Amino acid sequence: MSSLTYLDAIREAQAHALRDDPRVFIYGQDVGNFGGAFKATKNLAKEFPGRVIDAPISEDAIVGLAVGAAIEGLRPIVEMQFADFSAVGFNQIVNQAATLFWRTNIPCPITVRLPFGGTSGAGPFHSQTPETIYAHYPGIIVLTPATVEDAYSMLLEAVAIDDPVIFCEHKLLYRHLKAEKLPTEALPIGKARIAREGRDLTVVAYSAMVQDALEAAKELAAEGWEIEIVDLRSVKPLDTDTVVASVARTGKLLCVGEAWPWGGVTAEVMARVMSEGFGLLDAPPQRLNAKDTPVPFHPNLWAAHRPTVRAIAAAARKILRQ
Amino acid sequence: MLQVVTEPRDESAEIAREAHLAAFRYMMRARLLDEKMAALYRAGKIHGGVFLGRGQEALSAAIGLSLNKNDVFAPLIRDTAGRLAFGEPVIDAVRTYMGSALGPMRGRDGNVHRGNPRQGQLPMISHLGAMISVVNGVLFARRLKKISGTVGVACLGDGATSTGAFHEGLNQAAVEKLPLVLVVANNQYAYSTPTSRQFACDDLADKAVGYGVDAHSVDGTDLTACLHTIRQAVAQARAGHGPQLVVAQLLRLCGHGEHDDAGYIDAKLKNSTLGRDCLKVARELLLRQKWADASQLDAWRDEIVHEIEEVVAQVQREPAPDPFAEKWTALSTEHLIEGQEK
Repeated sequence: MSSLTYLDAIREAQAHALRDDPRVFIYGQDVGNFGGAFKATKNLAKEFPGRVIDAPISEDAIVGLAVGAAIEGLRPIVEMQFADFSAVGFNQIVNQAATLFWRTNIPCPITVRLPFGGTSGAGPFHSQTPETIYAHYPGIIVLTPATVEDAYSMLLEAVAIDDPVIFCEHKLLYRHLKAEKLPTEALPIGKARIAREGRDLTVVAYSAMVQDALEAAKELAAEGWEIEIVDLRSVKPLDTDTVVASVARTGKLLCVGEAWPWGGVTAEVMARVMSEGFGLLDAPPQRLNAKDTPVPFHPNLWAAHRPTVRAIAAAARKILRQ
Repeated sequence: MLQVVTEPRDESAEIAREAHLAAFRYMMRARLLDEKMAALYRAGKIHGGVFLGRGQEALSAAIGLSLNKNDVFAPLIRDTAGRLAFGEPVIDAVRTYMGSALGPMRGRDGNVHRGNPRQGQLPMISHLGAMISVVNGVLFARRLKKISGTVGVACLGDGATSTGAFHEGLNQAAVEKLPLVLVVANNQYAYSTPTSRQFACDDLADKAVGYGVDAHSVDGTDLTACLHTIRQAVAQARAGHGPQLVVAQLLRLCGHGEHDDAGYIDAKLKNSTLGRDCLKVARELLLRQKWADASQLDAWRDEIVHEIEEVVAQVQREPAPDPFAEKWTALSTEHLIEGQEK
């Protein structure tokens, strides 16, 4: 393949997992012959007969079935058609899957794929970014790949992990992000990545916000600022060391997330830097999130609801001028 | 659709005798174990709740006895008899209730929230109906692994039939034609809520047609009927006829838990045939059929009481969980635990 999208990477990772491990199967709405609402399982049902299975519209039972199969030693991948609908499967994720190992010593290796994040025109129920709420519960790994390479390698690693994984794939990146080839090696899950080096300000971001932060950094570079960008990759576990080490270099911190402002990943990063790296800070750290409303439908409102390249650049300038 | 079966049929007298005696023994063991837990609770020796299966032992024992070792069983709070009959050791129940560090839940979870998934004993979570799809998952996995002949039972009460999880789980099993037996013990109350505030259909068994699954109704106070109906439902599922919905009519002869005096239970129900004690009914049957005499049943009772006392004495000497020795993580993957050296 000459050029691969983020979506191709997710499909390829699943094909790879199905090929390599007979314990893997995929279960979700429209994932079979149709190939999924976003085509993340395109042709997989044909390639792996009986292992890519359409489910009824029953998110609770979809996750419950995956937990039962995991108890039997299989490694299910579940696709939630949109992350928003995982709310219906919430009980099985946080009360069944997340407690199983702790209660019984039997691991629960399920991967729940959440196509998440806002796209213009999608509205309040096809745009959500619920990573925070899953990260809040013990017993769950929450991954938020920001690159084609990470989408591939982290999904492969997710399937191999013996604990429940919430795999957040950003819908804006599906067809927008491209790479030349699939990676042959990768940072392990739990390690953040320096997406861009700089000495003036640390911007911590994850998922699609990494791409927007990189754009903002280009704008700021033209103004003479060197921005360091930390791509968290996994929000749980959270690689505090890499974040604090970056803040030690720059003395300034901006956390950017597409999720709502109350609590959440950006608040968690801020709290950790404050308690572990307070003395490293030259200015009050700031965070930038979506507005505290449901995600709007209209493109004008939607673009103003989530942090944009311009908003990130503006927030950065404010800190840099201090 | 209610099968009125009051005397044994379709089997030789000897087989019937053995089945009834085995079931009765589990029923009695469950009743005595439950009563011991209630006594320990009243004495302040048990933290958290105690939930009895009083009045449900015939149905529950019939379930446990109808399953094979390789089957899967998701009992609910009133299934002490079924758990024992399926193979759960008495000590697992006592250790979990008393919080022994040596129990299957190691003090992390208590009372009825116990199990051993690798033995097919699924540990219930408190969210009603949530175990159905997990049983489906085990059955689904067995099919993918080309293991045939497994049956899964999930137990519910009348209240759980109002949940979304019940609907999703039963529909899913029907779509996949899984060998699931869903047993609903309609004990007339979900905590204090009577069935009139829980559903509006005449009979919960009527729901089966909406899911395209077979229905069975049974008098849950009648051991013979329970043995017959549950066996039949399990055999149907095992033979590939898809999910089976069993609805048993009975009355909860105790509170929701031991904290509840159940003052809300209608006296008319208590005095109806629903309110009869399945253990007494079964005992009378055994004596009437001359399958056992009173002295033998009394000797069993003494034996079981002694066994339970021994187990309780042993568990009381066992260590409680130690918060300083506890591994405070919910993850099995060591290198992903936050705060650990990577």
